[in-house]
Amino acid sequence: MAERYTSFEPGGRRWLWQRLTAAFLVVVLAFHFFLLHFVNHADEVTFALSQARMEQLTYFSLMILFLVTATFHGVNGVYNALVNQGLTGTRKTAVKAILGLASVLLIVQGVRTALAWAGGVPI
Amino acid sequence: MSQSYNRGLIEDFSRWREFSAGMWAWIFHKFTGWVLVGYLFTHIAVLSTALSGAAAYTNTIQALESLLVVRILEVGLLAVAVFHILNGLRLLFVDLGVGLEAQDKSFYASLILTGVIVVASVPTFLSGVSI
Repeated sequence: MAERYTSFEPGGRRWLWQRLTAAFLVVVLAFHFFLLHFVNHADEVTFALSQARMEQLTYFSLMILFLVTATFHGVNGVYNALVNQGLTGTRKTAVKAILGLASVLLIVQGVRTALAWAGGVPI
Repeated sequence: MSQSYNRGLIEDFSRWREFSAGMWAWIFHKFTGWVLVGYLFTHIAVLSTALSGAAAYTNTIQALESLLVVRILEVGLLAVAVFHILNGLRLLFVDLGVGLEAQDKSFYASLILTGVIVVASVPTFLSGVSI
């Protein structure tokens, strides 16, 4: 019988979510890089220019979705890589809790920053 | 028909000369993934200077962008991100059963395309910086 050589547990949904977020991130990460390095140059960034973008609901909501999916994809990827390396038992539970907490903190900090630019939710 | 696949031996990195294209793709995808998730946390930390006011944010970004080492690191970040995107697309297609028989060729194509995009982007990334 073949040994399994995937990072994902049998029957789990994390594989599916990793792939779905990847498909979204391919497009949005390319857009993000292109907008902030080729359309607008990084050395020309000012608070006012970031504010002007974030005050548009479409851009604001896209960036929040980008933050959440990138955090999930990154942290889930790290978790799967560690499980793949043989992480089990209490250490696995502890790593899951730490990565979950780090994700929440990152998303909260990112949303706070976006709200600082937009001056509140731009509805 | 299934065959025995001893991952323990394959992941013995001292045997790197024996690695196939697929193994290198796996290593590069993991490495670029670790770099990108590390950068994500750093990126949000730097952008969080916006919470200290407009001047703090603008001054921080412009001071960082005036440094040559930051621009070089940004080119490195682009290389890492482009490879992760292209190899990720390769993985998505392989998952869907498309191109499995050419997975080694699509890995080499990902590497070459990453190189071309990064080299072509260097002038943009280094514009306006003083040495």
